Amino acid sequence: MSSGSVKEISYFPGCSLATSARESNQSLLAFFEAHGIKLVELDDWNCCGSSSAHSIAAELTHLLPSRNLALAPPQRPLLAACPNCFLRLKLTHMTLLQNRRAAEKYRRLWGRAFDARLQIVTFFDLLSDMVDRGVFKDNPRRLTGLKFVPYYGCMLARPPSMRNERNFHGLMEKVLVSLGAVPLTWSQGARCCGTFLSVSRPDIAADSVAGIMQAAVDVQAECIVTACAMCHLNLEIRSPLAIKVPILYFSELLSLSAGIGGGKGWFRRHLIDPRPLLQSKGLIA
Amino acid sequence: MRNAADSQPRRSTVHLTAQQGHFAREVSRRAHVNIARCWHCKCCSNGCPFAAAMDFYPNQVIRLAQLGLKRQALESSSIWICVGCNTCSVECPQAIDVAAVMDALRQMAIAEKAAVGEPNILEFHREVVESIRRYGRTHKLEIMMRYKLKKHDWLSDVNIALQMLSKRKLDLRPSRVKRLEQIQAVFQNILQAKGHEQR
Ligand code: SF4
Ligand code: SF4
Repeated sequence: MSSGSVKEISYFPGCSLATSARESNQSLLAFFEAHGIKLVELDDWNCCGSSSAHSIAAELTHLLPSRNLALAPPQRPLLAACPNCFLRLKLTHMTLLQNRRAAEKYRRLWGRAFDARLQIVTFFDLLSDMVDRGVFKDNPRRLTGLKFVPYYGCMLARPPSMRNERNFHGLMEKVLVSLGAVPLTWSQGARCCGTFLSVSRPDIAADSVAGIMQAAVDVQAECIVTACAMCHLNLEIRSPLAIKVPILYFSELLSLSAGIGGGKGWFRRHLIDPRPLLQSKGLIA
Repeated sequence: MRNAADSQPRRSTVHLTAQQGHFAREVSRRAHVNIARCWHCKCCSNGCPFAAAMDFYPNQVIRLAQLGLKRQALESSSIWICVGCNTCSVECPQAIDVAAVMDALRQMAIAEKAAVGEPNILEFHREVVESIRRYGRTHKLEIMMRYKLKKHDWLSDVNIALQMLSKRKLDLRPSRVKRLEQIQAVFQNILQAKGHEQR
């Protein structure tokens, strides 16, 4: 995506952002709105299949995402807020491009040919373009002194078929530094949070999350910053450690730095209360 | 480990049969991955965040598949513990889609009615898919409750669920797709395809 004139973008929130991560959803919408981008929710979207459909029902892997692709109006990029939904949608689109039988099946199911030119993007695609346009250059450095560790989990890891796609290592650091925050070096930035193991094998997820949390404590991070709703939830609920570092959504910090969000009650919804930290930094009242 | 002076034949020798070669090819076909390319550098296993919880490391699972050791592969806990995070794929110098191999093995384990290494994880996936079939979206509270009911486990995580409810992170009622008949068509389509396969 390079066009600077895009104003309306189709938006696929996915199940997590529609429920457990409403604060992430709202902060994302608020942030883009403040920058003149309107996210238009995909009407009547359905679940992309999450981690489960492709695990146990091969046939569902592309059929569930395909309905969402069929719902996307042409000439507008489609933003998937959740990294896992993004992968599912993107892999389906790539399959449609490469596999004529899949494309034919799509046409039969949804009554039209798939849109070969549909751009499927992540929050990071849009943000990276904004960085390139210099959007953050003259921002007030409201996050000055906030010591954070960037947590990407598995969101930058992709299957080999996506090797040549754009990727965004270091983007959160780049943006937050330009807003005054201080990144700390740590070992766990790309360690998966455990996703569904948090429900089905909580013991394994807890071990993993403990390691992540401890690493953040060790480098004296004031907060962990994530862009994924699943990571956020697992880090909040599964750490067995007594000491807990608040987990902030990247979009919450971006909104705060743009002077919005302080009074919106997002932070009350966190299970590890970030308000004392944000108050001490003068970011919320 | 066998030392050099040991003259006994190695016990771990695997005798390959045509049947076993068939299994390796079937895994490759389903996963769209040529598993013969794996040279066991173990980069995947070293990178996998959950290798320690698995009975076979990710590269060992691939080895089982290469050798056609079908039962061990399909019954291993690893294929269920794998969350598909793709960390291994990033590490692999041979561009092997390890997560896709795990997907293929899970699906084969179900199709072949193998003894599932992690029945709870399979049960969870089934609840998620069932929720999607019913509503077109996942209803987390119901998934958790049905899952816990089946496991006869009500006590673990009550605290977490209550906290999430109080923060409105779990919705009491499901959010539904309006044109549910389209979701049904998707599921119907699969049943037809399955019938086709069996015929
Ligand atoms: S990283 Fe790739 S080549 Fe190396 S052991 Fe794993 S799958 Fe095989
Ligand atoms: S995709 Fe599976 S095998 Fe690969 S690193 Fe993640 S959990 Fe391990």
